[in-house]
Amino acid sequence: MIRRRHLLATAAIAAPFVARAQSARKLTFYFPVAVGGPLTTIVDSLCAAYQKESGVEVEAVYAGDYSQTLIKTITAIKGGGGPHFAVLLAAEMHSLQDQDILVSLDEIGLDADAKKWLSGFYPAFLANSHADGKTWSVPFQRSTAIFYYNKAAFKDAGLDPDKFPTTWSALGETAAKLVQKDSSGKVTRWGIKMASDLANQAEQKLMNEAGTEVYFNQPKTIEAMTFWRSLADKYHAAPDGVSSWPQLSPDFLSGNTAIIQHTTGNLANVRDKAPFPFGVAGLAGKNSPHTVVGGGNLYFFKHATPDERQAALRFARWVSAPERAAEWSIKTGYIATSPAAYDTPALKEFIAKVPEANVARTFLPVATGELSVHENQRVYKVLTDNIQACLNNTKMPDQAMADAETEASRVLKPFKHA
Amino acid sequence: MRRETIHAYLLLLPAVILLVAFTHWPAIETLIDSFYATPHGGKPAPFVGIDNYTDLLDDTVFWQALHNNAVYAAATIPASIVLALLMALAVNGALPGRTFLRLAYFLPTMLPMIAVANIWMFFYTPDYGLFDRVLGWFGGGRHNWLGDSSTALPAMIAVAVWKEAGFFMIFYLAALQTMPTDLREAAALEGSSRWNYFWRVTIPLLMPTTLFVLVNAVINAFRVIDHIVVMTRGGPDNATTLLLYYIYETGFRFWDTGTAATLTVVLLAILGLTAWLQFGVLGRRVHYR
Repeated sequence: MIRRRHLLATAAIAAPFVARAQSARKLTFYFPVAVGGPLTTIVDSLCAAYQKESGVEVEAVYAGDYSQTLIKTITAIKGGGGPHFAVLLAAEMHSLQDQDILVSLDEIGLDADAKKWLSGFYPAFLANSHADGKTWSVPFQRSTAIFYYNKAAFKDAGLDPDKFPTTWSALGETAAKLVQKDSSGKVTRWGIKMASDLANQAEQKLMNEAGTEVYFNQPKTIEAMTFWRSLADKYHAAPDGVSSWPQLSPDFLSGNTAIIQHTTGNLANVRDKAPFPFGVAGLAGKNSPHTVVGGGNLYFFKHATPDERQAALRFARWVSAPERAAEWSIKTGYIATSPAAYDTPALKEFIAKVPEANVARTFLPVATGELSVHENQRVYKVLTDNIQACLNNTKMPDQAMADAETEASRVLKPFKHA
Repeated sequence: MRRETIHAYLLLLPAVILLVAFTHWPAIETLIDSFYATPHGGKPAPFVGIDNYTDLLDDTVFWQALHNNAVYAAATIPASIVLALLMALAVNGALPGRTFLRLAYFLPTMLPMIAVANIWMFFYTPDYGLFDRVLGWFGGGRHNWLGDSSTALPAMIAVAVWKEAGFFMIFYLAALQTMPTDLREAAALEGSSRWNYFWRVTIPLLMPTTLFVLVNAVINAFRVIDHIVVMTRGGPDNATTLLLYYIYETGFRFWDTGTAATLTVVLLAILGLTAWLQFGVLGRRVHYR
């Protein structure tokens, strides 16, 4: 007995300073896996490394895809338990506030050092983190939409595989040239398949920062919808109807589609499996390239004790340090969250080897945050339903966007006066 | 109270406790919740009377879900029952490879719905999925089965029928196996045709089984939505949104608990009404031996 106590005492002295300064010894967090790959093992090894360094045990709970993780987190917290912090979509900030379960970083406590740390992130990644003058989340697994294109297909359509179009009209024409048909006129290769909204590419924001207003029926938003539809009915470069998101990757890899829009998080997967040379490019815009950044941030929850909140924030700082962010980016394909991470030798070396990994970063200056409002899931559904109706030719673009605006405004009405 | 009565109630007690705790009490609680608005930010939910119900009348997605579910039920229930009966008749006779056929018909039932949905996703994939390839040999073009509003719901119906028919077949097969052979001999002596025998003897004797299968089919038409979650998430533009999926979305994606409770009451009412119709009206016309 005496011996064991003696051992414990030595361990406590040997543990680094951080560990002794805090009383929270065990933390739980939920995280999603959005694009597959060995993400769970990478997260577990991060936690193990943190425990070794700080003595704090961080239990990472894999909770499904983004929406499942969101549902599980809210359900667990409402049931009186739940994680201390979680990786959830950056765009969910306002609706998590609706649930009244978040604690802001400012409330946990930010000293000068911590403020400096926050200012080290790419500003685009914090675009979905501010509300009411406070910061509510920390960038973690961030991605952006990019185009993956089949260089072999470009070559046999007589196009320059090193030059990707940067404007909508050029993109439409390029995609039309990439379509291949067999002797009976049946399409064997589609030019392009798109996945998400393009409004920001027309330099139109979709919502205000307070998350209480949407701008779906603005002329530029309607123009974006019109362009999306024109890929099928004007350029005949994309199939009619809705293409499902999980199907895009297989479509591209099997050569069925020459250009797809997908997340940077898919880079490792495409690099492993594409049997042809491929390129990546930033999204084209109406006049010039623009993109949105998506992905997950770390959120901290109110029900945790002050000690646990502090401990969670410490973990967030540790995990977003340049070396860790670089390692995370290399292993997963997510964009490292700070410029400092791109100065680390590890990431520099990796980019020299895999230049595609750098493309997304160069688009960060023209990036904005995703659509993020109160009742986010509901507003997304309204928008998605109407986009689908438009792609299925049951509604004209202006009608679809006007309906989306009316319905979303109805959903957001209670928040306007709050 | 008589001793026997007390004994009877004591024996029923465990089942009653379970039913009350997990079925009746939640149903009553849901009914009560449907008269309250969704609580926001820790404040208690205000009483709103029948507002949730009147709001539902204006909810176009609700009406579409109801319509979709009606179409879905009207197609899956008769189709899976008729198919089940045909399959049972086919494997009831003495034909070579019978066990193998029975197994093949039953296989879809043994797979979890999630797995079935993933397999069928591949079947429905445009251009290079199974269906488009097969149709391609006959000069067919591209079909975006799940992405087109007009084919998405029929595609869901096909999956459900495929999954369910094998299960119902087992009940029909069991009933056919226990059917006394002297009936057939007697009918043969009377010079009755096979069709007449089937129609006048087999079908009536199968009625108890049919009622049982029908009850199950109706419940499943409202209860099983796993394939919707995996394959379409109710899309495109709510073309495949069934009532239960809409409840899930409203309750756990939008956290609109008031509306979700109201929708649940509507679903309970529909199921209650159909159960009453089945047992009260049809049940009386079924001949039990």
